[in-house]
Amino acid sequence: MTQLIPDQPTQADAATSWRPTARITTLSIGTVLVIILIACALLAPLLAPFDPNIQQIQFRLLPPSAEHWLGTDGFGRDLLSRVIYGARPTLLLVSLILILTIPIGLLVGISAGYIGGWYERVIMRVTDVVLSLPSLVIALALVSILGTGLMNGALALAFTSWPPFARQARAETLALRRSDYLAAARMQGIGGLRLMFGHILPLCLPSAVVRAALSLGGIILASAGLGFLGMGVQPPTAEWGSMVAEGSKVIFDQWWVAAAPGGAILFASLAFNLLGDGLRDKMDPRHGK
Amino acid sequence: MANDFEKNQQKTLHNDVLVAKDLTVYLPGPRPVELVKSLSFRVGKERVALVGESGSGKSLTARALMGLLPHPCEVRASQLTLGDQDLLTLRERQWNQLRGNRVSMVMQDPKHALNPAQPIGWQVEEPLRLHTRLGRKERQEKVLEMLNAVGLPDPQRLCKQYPHQLSGGMGQRVMLAIALINDPQWLIADEPTSALDFDMREQVLDLIERLVEQRNMGLILISHDLQQVSQFCERVLVMYKGDLLDELPADQLAYATHPYTQTLWSCRPSKLTHGERLPVLDRALLESLKHASPQQEPQP
Repeated sequence: MTQLIPDQPTQADAATSWRPTARITTLSIGTVLVIILIACALLAPLLAPFDPNIQQIQFRLLPPSAEHWLGTDGFGRDLLSRVIYGARPTLLLVSLILILTIPIGLLVGISAGYIGGWYERVIMRVTDVVLSLPSLVIALALVSILGTGLMNGALALAFTSWPPFARQARAETLALRRSDYLAAARMQGIGGLRLMFGHILPLCLPSAVVRAALSLGGIILASAGLGFLGMGVQPPTAEWGSMVAEGSKVIFDQWWVAAAPGGAILFASLAFNLLGDGLRDKMDPRHGK
Repeated sequence: MANDFEKNQQKTLHNDVLVAKDLTVYLPGPRPVELVKSLSFRVGKERVALVGESGSGKSLTARALMGLLPHPCEVRASQLTLGDQDLLTLRERQWNQLRGNRVSMVMQDPKHALNPAQPIGWQVEEPLRLHTRLGRKERQEKVLEMLNAVGLPDPQRLCKQYPHQLSGGMGQRVMLAIALINDPQWLIADEPTSALDFDMREQVLDLIERLVEQRNMGLILISHDLQQVSQFCERVLVMYKGDLLDELPADQLAYATHPYTQTLWSCRPSKLTHGERLPVLDRALLESLKHASPQQEPQP
């Protein structure tokens, strides 16, 4: 903290020139953590000291040491490398889910809010039904039907995570529907899809982004949960959830095997939660100073 | 270009007049409530003012002409035509063809009538994208030309700015640019100056007058400022509680014979009336006049 505050400013100095110093906020911490996470995923081959899948049985279950910073697992694989590589499927899953849910949620919400009437009632009740489903349980059921794998995991989790976006977009569209600028747009003959996507969508997008960042923490936990239950990415690939599951077999004697990926999950969901919180504060004028 | 040519030809072929006969806006229900009662008027290529106090149905009339009545309201008329087009039978799609193309509307408050999430250039360009088949470059050119025509400085830079970066006067000019970019035949201005300060009012009205003149358009100006109206318009329609009470040339406003118009005209404070009590509307008299007048028709 100390180096962030420069030498004691004189009173005149403080009055005339306010220098924007890098303040530590929730947003900046979250952003840095997320950047670290993404960097880990992208640069995994450069960062990881070992091949994550090489099994050296003679080095199995080693405690953390100078060579293996986080120790090794039951097959003698370096845990640090596996944790770093594990960021890849997690982030891939998260981005797949976002790509699937945000457009669907916005489309459903905006169209319901804009069209109104029976269409809105039916669509919003469907949304409520999906919203009431317990996410992980439904995802498990879907994965067991569709088969395990990254893509199916993403589909299953996306199926239950779009309703919040839809509800939010609908509420915003309802508030916007009576606004003067949409009336003005109608007076130019703009209507239907053009009005929905040209005029309403850009106004709903910022809050959808914030909402997405906030829900990412939960999605990461859910995807790790799928992995833990063996419903996510299949074993040889490093994936945090399945690594925790492996480590839990030996958790009383070799705690680090489960702790390393567990810490990574904690780190990732914390990063996205902080980012989401920070974004929300930033976008909400009531939180601003 | 062909489109433009056709439009011009259309303009010259038909001496376009907006005709409304028995225009009624009502709230449907078991006991329908009439908000605008049997209005009849014709507007050609002239400047017509629609005046009246708040709630007299001025804006509803204007909105009925755009086909954009607020939700439960419905419209009924024995004739409502725009040139050769019958407005009563239009479907939503055809309305959209009409709005912004043949009839445009400028609203009260520029601060609220521009979409805050889109740059100015995009918003001015949109009617062109919708109603014409011009290429991207031609559209850009036309946008700059239009922004220039409404007296905005540095259109190039302005195109990239967002509504919150403009002042009220600039915003109203942008609204005008949007309304006029497709060369409509009618402009409906719903109190275009009430959100502006006094100097700006004069400027914007001058601008509207000039553009309407240049482009040979019809103007329906909704206002409650009689002074303003008498300067800028040729004809005045006076409304009260949904009825058309009086219709007279704008320069005759000072010599109006109808008691309501007289009171409206004379109840403005000025130097001459300093220290005196301003006349107050005699509503009882108005009611009795209304019941006596033959305009009140039996319910159909």
